Amino acid sequence: MPKQTLPQVPIKKGEPAYKLWIFEPGWKGELPLILNPRQLAEQKRPALLPGHRLCAGCAAPIIVKLASFAFRGPTIVVNATGCLEVATTIFPYTSWAVPWIHNAFENAASTGSGVEAAIKALKKTGRLPYDHVDVVIFGGDGGTFDIGFQALSGAAERGHDFLYILYDNEAYMNTGIQRSGGTPPFAWTTTSPVGKVIPGKQQAKKPIADIMVAHRIPYVATATPAHWLDLMKKVRKGIEVDGPAFIHALSPCDRGWRHGTELAIEIARRAVDTCYFPLWEWTPETGYMLTDRSLAIARNPSLKQPIEKFVEVQGRFKHLLKPENRELLKKFQEYVDMVWEDLLKRAVNTPK
Amino acid sequence: MTEAVKTPKIPPEKQILMTVNGDEAVAYAAKQSLVDVVAAYPITPQTIIVEKFSEFVADGEVHTEFVPVESEHSAMSACVGAAAAGARAFTATAANGLALMWEILYIAASLRLPIVLAVANRALSAPINIHNDHSDAYGMRDSGWVQIFVENVQEAYDTTIQAFKIAEDERVLLPVAVNLDGFFLSHTLENIRMLPDEEVHKFLGGYRKTYPKVKVDYFDEEVPLILNPARPLSFGPLDLYDYYFEHKMHQIEAMKRVPEVVREVNEKWYELTGRKYGDGVLVPYGVEDADVVVTVLGSTGGTVRHIVKKLRSRGYKVGTIRIRLFRPFPHKELAEMLKGVKVVGVMDRGISFGSYGPSFLDINTALYDLKERPLLVNYVYGLGGRDAPPEMIEKMFMELLEIAKTGEVKERLKFLGVRE
Ligand SMILES: Cc1ncc(C[n+]2csc(CCOP(=O)(O)OP(=O)(O)O)c2C)c(N)n1
Ligand code: SF4
Ligand SMILES: [Mg+2]
Repeated sequence: MPKQTLPQVPIKKGEPAYKLWIFEPGWKGELPLILNPRQLAEQKRPALLPGHRLCAGCAAPIIVKLASFAFRGPTIVVNATGCLEVATTIFPYTSWAVPWIHNAFENAASTGSGVEAAIKALKKTGRLPYDHVDVVIFGGDGGTFDIGFQALSGAAERGHDFLYILYDNEAYMNTGIQRSGGTPPFAWTTTSPVGKVIPGKQQAKKPIADIMVAHRIPYVATATPAHWLDLMKKVRKGIEVDGPAFIHALSPCDRGWRHGTELAIEIARRAVDTCYFPLWEWTPETGYMLTDRSLAIARNPSLKQPIEKFVEVQGRFKHLLKPENRELLKKFQEYVDMVWEDLLKRAVNTPK
Repeated sequence: MTEAVKTPKIPPEKQILMTVNGDEAVAYAAKQSLVDVVAAYPITPQTIIVEKFSEFVADGEVHTEFVPVESEHSAMSACVGAAAAGARAFTATAANGLALMWEILYIAASLRLPIVLAVANRALSAPINIHNDHSDAYGMRDSGWVQIFVENVQEAYDTTIQAFKIAEDERVLLPVAVNLDGFFLSHTLENIRMLPDEEVHKFLGGYRKTYPKVKVDYFDEEVPLILNPARPLSFGPLDLYDYYFEHKMHQIEAMKRVPEVVREVNEKWYELTGRKYGDGVLVPYGVEDADVVVTVLGSTGGTVRHIVKKLRSRGYKVGTIRIRLFRPFPHKELAEMLKGVKVVGVMDRGISFGSYGPSFLDINTALYDLKERPLLVNYVYGLGGRDAPPEMIEKMFMELLEIAKTGEVKERLKFLGVRE
């Protein structure tokens, strides 16, 4: 295989190591430079290169690539243990075109804290050859809702300047689809199996993004890879703010959700269309703001799809479609409606 | 033990006389060592280190970024992130805090990050106990860290600075733990001599400069393993049966090079300050002609030496070796020193339940190759901070002298100072 070369990476003091991709330096506006995803894929180089071993059709690398198009310059990526980490860096190969560190499962946020503190100390003493180096952390739902939550909450409280992107595939996928605090109610997983008496997970999904809002950090948002422009804009905002930012990105997983490998983006779209996963952003100044498709649904409620649309394409919910489980499906719909109505009440741009 | 040198580069009168406890001594040493990032969490008897360091930060006396983490697990994790990004990183802990770090201790060593950790040794729970023993340090024995035990507050200061020098030596690039006995040293005031700041900076060569070098296809030359946007490298990848073992061999080889570096640093420190601790690895006293030798780690070393002096003045052929470098363990050097000794008493302030004290296991291993092996007795003492008074140690020596006479070890594992 011919040797690949990186884009020119000047090491000269003060100059960014990466080409700025789709946003101008110091971007404040609404739209990026490229609006066509094909053009984007053909012309720009993401931080995650081809050749990784994530499953075909996995949404996680799409999220990472889209996010990386919105980086603003030299960036260090921290990755919690999980699918994304193991499948992108099987030694002696790596798919990462940016400096990347994996420490352990539950400490991505504290590792990021250390990286950020080091950058500050180096800068203070004139040893950093850049104006700024951004820290972006990727963690799965297990590494974020559950085992890594303490480290995340601590780092958020301390106010480190990083963007934490949760790619939420709603279970411990790397260890074979076990339930997590991010698994939705009634979903089948290998530790919340659909048995004769218990039909899948019995608990709700932890409202992780709202919990991060409660930390009063400068920026919190939700995103999906289907709403790619929305995702990239949010990533850039999260990077631009001074202090911790958190993005909760839904990441369809064909292995764990039991769907076709061609359906990741479609399912992410349906998650938003059914209001199972509403899109919003929050800052201390503005409060909750609906974005993209969710704002459209708030303006025109007839666009809202029934939860069946989300459920019917996923094997993990197939028991909900059985006639004897109609009651469960109803409960699921009620749960989704409750969360959505609650958000509508809080969002400042809900049409009154 | 501190030996005087005729003309150290910085004569004692040019050094700064301070009355500090062990924790403060460590904090001052870290401050003078130009540490970039300190991430730490309070736990008795280490807390004074973080408190003191916070004062330096609050008073603007250091450039250090202080990260007041929410746990020790995060303290070590943040140190890993910081050191990987090229910073000099420091933390301190004890007992339960060290146990909570355990997972990341292995990662720090495997990623070859020269982090320095001060451990104010304290007994592990349960029952919860804040006082000294070495069960916490013994618990991290196999993690790949260099472990040094100090005897007094002066040595705690000296060794903390030396630790950065050792950790960052290009032959080593491993994390180093400096062990000082909780309360006995951490909270005990001592008059010590500190170097002027600029002398410490000179000794360490300024800010951190060394990084492991790696050869990757992508770049034509060897590149430093560091999170540098200009040369993107992946730190901590998935590494399976096809490479993991080789990577472990790198660690094993690096550990082998540690003793020579410890000796060199000990010698350089001696030239600079007039203070040295044996050869840096082992601190023997009265061993040459001894029939009975007692080995010991940490602050009890002083009490043992006191008894050795007393007994030798009465004509008993006894000696002692304080083990300063516990990991890597100086098997060969120790065997060499103990050649011809009749009985060796091994003092352990901790035990591997169902086996012996950890230093006994190593010494047993060390002596196996000798043609004539000394008899061995393991004395486990001082658990949970139980005092080790001179009378108890004298009694132990008398017992060992008796064994030397009879040639018979009745009990291999003995417990000192415990109620029957
Ligand atoms: C302390 C610890 N406990 C358990 C594991 C095993 N483990 C590795 S990845 C993983 C699940 C990861 O789940 P998630 O964070 O959701 O990421 P995903 O694999 O789903 O992308 C688990 C349980 C571990 N590596 N470390
Ligand atoms: S198991 Fe799921 S999350 Fe993991 S790589 Fe496969 S599709 Fe992606
Ligand atoms: Mg997951």
